Amino acid sequence: MYIQGVLTVAMINIISTTGLAVFTGFTGLFSLGHAAFMAVGAYTSAILTYFVKAPYPVALLTGVLASSVLAVLVGYPTLRTRLRGDYFAIATIGMGEATRVILENLKITQGARGLPGISQYTTLPVAGAAAAIVLVLARNMLASVYGRNAVSVREDAVAAEMSGIHLLRTRMISLVFSAGCAGLAGGLYAHYLAFIQPVMFTMVQSTQITAAVVCGGTGSLTGPALAAFVFTVAPELLRAAQMWRLVIYGLMLVLIMVFRPQGLMGYRDLSWQGLCSLAARLRKGVRHAKG
Amino acid sequence: MNDLSFKVDEGEILGLIGPNGAGKTTVFNLLTGFYRPTSGSMLFRGRELTGLAPPAIVGLGIARTFQNIRLFSNLTVLDNVRSVLYRHARYGFVQALLRSPQVRLCERRVHEMAMEYLEEVGLADRANDIASHLPYGLQRKLELARALALEPVLLLLDEPAAGMNPEESMSLVELIRDLRKKHNLTIILIEHHMDVVMSLSHRIVVMNFGEKLMEGSPEEVQSDVRVIEAYLGEEYAGAYRR
Repeated sequence: MYIQGVLTVAMINIISTTGLAVFTGFTGLFSLGHAAFMAVGAYTSAILTYFVKAPYPVALLTGVLASSVLAVLVGYPTLRTRLRGDYFAIATIGMGEATRVILENLKITQGARGLPGISQYTTLPVAGAAAAIVLVLARNMLASVYGRNAVSVREDAVAAEMSGIHLLRTRMISLVFSAGCAGLAGGLYAHYLAFIQPVMFTMVQSTQITAAVVCGGTGSLTGPALAAFVFTVAPELLRAAQMWRLVIYGLMLVLIMVFRPQGLMGYRDLSWQGLCSLAARLRKGVRHAKG
Repeated sequence: MNDLSFKVDEGEILGLIGPNGAGKTTVFNLLTGFYRPTSGSMLFRGRELTGLAPPAIVGLGIARTFQNIRLFSNLTVLDNVRSVLYRHARYGFVQALLRSPQVRLCERRVHEMAMEYLEEVGLADRANDIASHLPYGLQRKLELARALALEPVLLLLDEPAAGMNPEESMSLVELIRDLRKKHNLTIILIEHHMDVVMSLSHRIVVMNFGEKLMEGSPEEVQSDVRVIEAYLGEEYAGAYRR
């Protein structure tokens, strides 16, 4: 039961991290407020299943939609600034805090006390399937005009514009996709914990998602997903070490940044072919050593 | 930039020269919409360019290269050219997410077209190299291939021969000549290598301090005292006069 719980949370974190990997790793923009998108997805879907008794999938998708709308509202004015994404990163801090304060003061969210008694619809298979779908959709998007344009913008915004690529549109699409993933993760999370509270969605949560993306490697999908998994499971495994747990977690982050500044899988992705060729190379190496 | 006016005829190669800081690159930045002029107008085939954003200007058929090479440096040579060919994509976001047959078809088309452009500049065998690993001269050619892939009517080349030795720059001259013929290009060329400018240009505009100093054929420009003055200073021009 406990292991299943940890794995479920890991799957949920893979979803939010994959979303941010598209935005940060492939579009080259930082967000420090992704927890707000999670919060909006979580509250929207929870309110729908709790008060309206809406079916779970409908509630989840509405949550995704709500986060996407928030992304448009925040992104449109801030991503307009021609060449720099810094303004957006700062704006997201404000958005994160504002969202939390609003959730703490609304009646329907029951303020800071939070929403208890949400139906526990999220099981490991549900979360796992959702994570798999999100990974496939993200991969497809990145292999299409939307992803390619995003990468061009990341590499050189000026050259991208001179290649006929519309900066604002490209960044917005990437952000909306990213926020949608966060919204889905939030919805799943709410229906796993059965209880949500505004303080669960603070900047600390946002920076953890960013940490997973950066450590996993920019320009990679599997890297951040792997990092999200490790960063969720490792602290649980280290529970025995009690007080040293967070120290080891922090140390892990520092070591990755020192020895692999491009992240675990910077600009690379795990693929079936890649694994096969790696295996072939290893076998060859073994034969070589024997011969 | 002050009181500058010139025109380019279709199919012509216009050289734009002048000492450092004369405002040559600024002309390109204005033409491509990166800077907005405070006054004046720029017409391209009868369309006003002032106020348009860079992607819109590219859409009208203007492409450029950059003085300080701007490639997508972490991507492969092939991906650099492919990145500008996705404007041919005719599918929506949902189709992209589901990787519909149109998406695959577009991928194949883009790949083929990109290889053709690489072939033209002689980079096909380096298609899978990372762009930033290419030697300098080849990076310039890659930038040229990427600009060509936009199928421009007007191509703006900002010091394409910078950092090249005489042999390399002469082969570049040949390449530019061929490409112009093949693609019916009109070219504005900024260049400091005088042999390159003089052998390519039909007409030359000389700039100094953001203004037009003179305009004429390569021969006229080479023998004009004002040009020598701008480049070498007054004493030299005086010596030349005598």
